[in-house]
Amino acid sequence: MSEALVNFLQQLVNGLQLGSIYALIALGYTMVYGIIRLINFAHGDVYMVGAFIGFFVAGWLGEAAIIPALLLAMIGAALLGVTIERLAYRPLRSAPRLAALTTAIGISLLLENLVRLYVGPNFLAYPEMIKRVNHYFGGVLISNVYMIVFGTAIVLMAGLQYIVVKTKAGKAMRAVAFDKDAARLMGINVDGIISLTFALGSALAAAAGILVGITYGRIDPYMGIIPGLKAFVAAVIGGIGSIPGAMVGGLVMGIAEQMVVGYISSSLRDAVAFFLLIIILLIKPTGLFAEFTQEKV
Amino acid sequence: MLRNRKALLLLVLILSMVVTLSACGKNDKADDEIRIGVLAPMTGAAATYGESTWNAVVLAAEERNSKGGINGKEIKLFLEDTRLDANEGANGATKLIEQDKVHGIIGAVASSVSMAASSVAQRNEVPMISPTSTNEAVTKQGDFIFRACFIDPFQGYVMAKFAIEELGAKTAAVIYDNGNDYTVGLTENFVKAFEEMGGTVTAKETYAANDQNFSAQLTKIRRDEPDVLFLPDYYNVVGLIARQARDMGIQSTFLGGDGWDSPDLAKIAGPSIEGGYFSNHYSPDNKSPIAEHFIDAYRAKHGSTPDALAALAYDAALVLFEAIERADSTDGKAIRDAMASISNFEVVSGSITFDENRNPVKSAVVLQVDNVHKNSNDEWEAEQKFIKMVNP
Repeated sequence: MSEALVNFLQQLVNGLQLGSIYALIALGYTMVYGIIRLINFAHGDVYMVGAFIGFFVAGWLGEAAIIPALLLAMIGAALLGVTIERLAYRPLRSAPRLAALTTAIGISLLLENLVRLYVGPNFLAYPEMIKRVNHYFGGVLISNVYMIVFGTAIVLMAGLQYIVVKTKAGKAMRAVAFDKDAARLMGINVDGIISLTFALGSALAAAAGILVGITYGRIDPYMGIIPGLKAFVAAVIGGIGSIPGAMVGGLVMGIAEQMVVGYISSSLRDAVAFFLLIIILLIKPTGLFAEFTQEKV
Repeated sequence: MLRNRKALLLLVLILSMVVTLSACGKNDKADDEIRIGVLAPMTGAAATYGESTWNAVVLAAEERNSKGGINGKEIKLFLEDTRLDANEGANGATKLIEQDKVHGIIGAVASSVSMAASSVAQRNEVPMISPTSTNEAVTKQGDFIFRACFIDPFQGYVMAKFAIEELGAKTAAVIYDNGNDYTVGLTENFVKAFEEMGGTVTAKETYAANDQNFSAQLTKIRRDEPDVLFLPDYYNVVGLIARQARDMGIQSTFLGGDGWDSPDLAKIAGPSIEGGYFSNHYSPDNKSPIAEHFIDAYRAKHGSTPDALAALAYDAALVLFEAIERADSTDGKAIRDAMASISNFEVVSGSITFDENRNPVKSAVVLQVDNVHKNSNDEWEAEQKFIKMVNP
C-alpha cells in the first residue's frame, strides 16, 4: 500500500475509535432528550464518574479486572443517573424547561467538584487494564486496545438497540417518548421508564469513561466537559432523540475530527464539531436521522 | 420623582459604604510586616508545580522569620491559585496588589500566566520575580519583572546541541501546544538551533491545551522515523504523548525541557518515558553548601526531595528578601533598584547576576529519566540521572 493510503487508513481507524466513544456518550443525551426533552448537561460528568469508579475498582481488585470494573462502573453510574433524575429533575418535570436545564448545569458542577474534593485536582494515571499488543495490517496499526474499545462500544450499542426495539421495556420507552400522557393511560409506569432511560444512558457513558481511561491512560475530574459537549453535538447531528442517529453522529464526529487534525490543523480540533453543527442546522435542522415527531400540543 | 430620589439615596448609601469599606482595607494593613504575594497553580494540570513552589517559599519565609524577618519586620505570605490560567494569573496579581497590598510578588510559574500577571505588576510598580517562567518575553514586560531561571532560547539550544553532539541525531520531530508561550518558545529555539547545527526537522506538529488524543499528529510523525522527538510541554501532556507515541510504535528518543520535572511524569507515562532526556535548572546531586542546607531543610519539613520548581522558588524568595533588605524600604521602586543591582548572589541553583533584561546568567543540567519501576503503591516511579552540565 502506498504511504498516503496507509496514513489515511490509520487516521480512519483512529477516527472510528474516537467516534465510538462519542457515540456511547451521545446515546445518553439522545435517549434522555427523546423521553423528557431535557438536555442533560450532567451527562458528561456521569461519564467522568464512571471512569473514576473503574479506576477504584481496578485499584481494589487489581489491574486485570476489566470486566468487573466495567460492570461495577456501569451499575454505579446507572444508580447515579437514576438518583440525579429522582432528586434533581423529577421535581421540575412540570416546571419550565429552562429550570431543568439550569439544574442540569448545577448538577454538572456539583459532580465535578465533589470528585475533585475526593480525589484532588491532579490528573490520575489509569491502570493498564489491557496489556497492549500492536498488530499491523499492511502498515496500518490496529492494537488490541483499539479492537477492544471499538468492539465493546459496538456490543453495547447493539445491546441497547435490542432493548429498545425488541423488549417490552423498550416498547414502553418508545411509547413514553412518543406521548407521555397516553402512555400513562395505557398503564405504563412513566416514572419507572424515565428512570430506566437514565440508567441505560448513564451505564453507557460509564463504559465510555473506562474505555477512554484505558486508551489515554489519564483521567481527571474535568475530563467530561469537552467530550460531553462534543457528544451532545454528535447527538444533534444525528438527530436528537434518535438512537441510530446518535451512533452515526458520534462516528461522523470522531472521523471528521481526526481527519481535520491529520490533514488541516490541530487548532481546528474543537472547532470542527461546531462547524459540523452549524452545517447540519442550516441544511437539515432535524439532524441526519430525524425522529418522526409531530409537535404535540 | 419620589422613586428617583429613593434611587439616589440608595446610591449615596452604597457609595458611602464602599468608601468606608475600602478605607478599612487600607487601615488594617500594618506597617511592621513585609507582605509577599505568591502566584502558583495549586490546582489543575500543573498542580505539582504549585505545591513545590509554595512549599519552598513557605520554607524560605519561615527560616527568615525565625532569624528576625527582614530588617526586623515579619514576612507574611499571601497565596493566589492561578490554575495555570492566564486570566486567573492577572486576577490573582490584581487581588494581591489591591487587596492584600503586597510589597513584592513571587510567581507565576508558567510563562503564559506570568505574562498576564506581570503586566499588572508592572503597571502598579510592584516588583515581581518569577521562579520558573522561561519564556524570553516575560521580563520584557517591564523593568519591575525579574526571574530566577534561565530562558527558553538557552534551553532549546541546550537540547538541540545535546541531541546532535551527544546522541548523534540527524533528524528530529517536534509536537507542541501552539497556544502556550512556553512550548512555542522552546520549540522555536530548538528547531532553530537544531537546523543551524546541521540537523533536519522532519515534522512540527501542534495541538491545543486539554487535548487527550494525539494519534493524528503522531501518525504523521511516525512516517519519517525521526531520531529524536522533542516534547516541550509540562509533565501531564508529555506523559500522555510519550505513551501514545510508544504505543504507536514510534522508536525515537524523547527530549524535553524543565516542564518534565515532576514525579507525575513517570506515573502517567510509565515505561514509555524511560531513557528520555530533559534540560533542567538544578540537580538534587548538587553539593554546594546552600543547596545541601535547602535539600535537608525541605526534606525535613515536607518529607520529599525538592524538585527544580522548589529550588527555584526558594531562590526567587531569597532574591526578593535580599532586595527588600538592601532597599531597607517597602517602596516598590527602591526594591526594584536593589534587586537589579544584585550580582554573584549564591542560591540553590547556582549564582545569580541579572543581565540588562533582568534574566540571570546561569548554566543548565541535562538529566535522564532512569529506572522506571513500580513502587509499593503500584504506581510508576522514576529516577533522574545527572548526565551533563551545559554552560551559557
